[in-house]
Amino acid sequence: MNGILTNVFLIARKDLRDALASRWFILYTIAFAGLGLCVAYVSAGASGLSGFGRTSAGLINLVLLVVPLMGLTAGAGAVAGDRERGMLAYLLAQPISRFEYITGRYVALAVALAMSISIGFGISAAAMAMKNATTEIAGYLLLVGLTVALAMAMLSVGMLISVLVRRTAVATGAAVFVWLVLVFGTDLGIMAGTLSLSLSIESLLGIALANPLQVFKMASLQFVDASLDVLGPAGLYAQTEYARSLPWIFASVLLAWIVLPLASAWVAMVRRSPV
Amino acid sequence: MIKIENLTKRFGRTVAVGGVSLEVAQGDSVALWGSNGAGKTTLIRCIAGLYRFTGRISIGGYDAQRDGKRARSLVGYVPQEIGFNDDQRVDAAIRFFGSLKGVSIRDTDGLLEPVQLAGHGRKRMRELSGGMKQRLALALSLIGNPPVLLLDEVTASLDVGGRRELVSQLTALARSHDRAVVFASHRVDEIAALATRVAILDKGQLIEILPVQTFAQRYRAETLLHLSIETPLRERAIELLQQTGIGARLNGRGILVPVAQGQRMRPIELLTQHRIPIDDIDLTSSADHGSHS
Repeated sequence: MNGILTNVFLIARKDLRDALASRWFILYTIAFAGLGLCVAYVSAGASGLSGFGRTSAGLINLVLLVVPLMGLTAGAGAVAGDRERGMLAYLLAQPISRFEYITGRYVALAVALAMSISIGFGISAAAMAMKNATTEIAGYLLLVGLTVALAMAMLSVGMLISVLVRRTAVATGAAVFVWLVLVFGTDLGIMAGTLSLSLSIESLLGIALANPLQVFKMASLQFVDASLDVLGPAGLYAQTEYARSLPWIFASVLLAWIVLPLASAWVAMVRRSPV
Repeated sequence: MIKIENLTKRFGRTVAVGGVSLEVAQGDSVALWGSNGAGKTTLIRCIAGLYRFTGRISIGGYDAQRDGKRARSLVGYVPQEIGFNDDQRVDAAIRFFGSLKGVSIRDTDGLLEPVQLAGHGRKRMRELSGGMKQRLALALSLIGNPPVLLLDEVTASLDVGGRRELVSQLTALARSHDRAVVFASHRVDEIAALATRVAILDKGQLIEILPVQTFAQRYRAETLLHLSIETPLRERAIELLQQTGIGARLNGRGILVPVAQGQRMRPIELLTQHRIPIDDIDLTSSADHGSHS
């Protein structure tokens, strides 16, 4: 009988091979790389010699829309897909635990998403280099890292949906709905909430920090531009009140969005009959 | 090898399996028989560790819930149907499932040989027929030579040819190894070929456990002959058959005659002698549908 790490590795290796050969991986990679290329090319071409700020702003907006959808739908299809094909029952009848199954599945999809994102950013970087746009490599790499973290958080949420919902189509629908809610819950949603509910500045920041997309946006802007002015009062308040601890707050929130849904998915797998 | 004590599994308010106790020793092959919803698949899935339940199941001394991984390392499981990844190669699937069981497999053909799939190792799953996939599932379940085999209506999705082949391979395997086998089936012929004992289930309850010979005698006699006869002649046909001691009753488009083995031609001959034309005949077994009374 294998140990936990061996089983996680075996499942992750097999699923990574399957993922890399799958249509969704190829489609997501092409879409992300294509859009990233457009953003980089257009923003760099606007002045002929672009600073990283403009390109990164374009990339951040692209990431905010595309990457959560990638992570959520990839996760949503994972367990529900296995269940629908009858493979989940067969796998769980093997000498593996449900924790090993979920973790192995998660690791494989996280690596596949990270590869897809890295390819997209790599192509964008190459386009910027060809345009002779000046870039700050450290800031760019930080943006890549934050994007991967956002993808992993959304993958966790997607996997939780996948465990809770029996059918792949329903899981995908729920994932898209969550994506819409999270996207709406960034600037526009917060703005609408502030106006209609007359929220305090602290509440405003709290709501912003509860949304992983908004956290990604704030973290990216802070790391890249070292300023949250563009986010208005909430950004200014955060910078004034929590200046030094902000990176830790952002990192903790993103980490919580990765760990908590995944742990919930595991608990749901153990408590419920998964097949 | 398998000890089930007071097993109860509920889905919401529905009791799928209620208070079942059963022991299966090495060399014993127990068929679970009953109609749809009797609890056959649920019971097998509980043994395989796929469902949580109340009561206790131990496999080779290991508790199926508390020490699930160890218990499952002793089990080979074949479900009704597996949706393999179409792009996966057969030999890759064998190596993967072998690795999960801690078995390194170099000679995939050696594993495929007993299920007559030798030479198919490099094929993609999409190239295999339903019957071949079920035989592959059987081969995968035998990796590591597990002492317990769980088969959940493994022939249900197969055509007649595929079913015959799989049953013949299962029969050979069941007889050549000292395993504890638990399998669910609707079919009396499969049960007669594979089982040593038959556990009869109804609405989640274990009704009785019979030696396979007793089961076969009792349920094989219930072969039903459906005779399509024109409406005006049906009453006369029933009367004729009943006069010679053959039970018959009206049923849909014709009459239904329960017949014993070796006696299936008798009602047909009798009706033909009396110039009652038979438009069509059909043979089924009430036992094949898992019904019992």
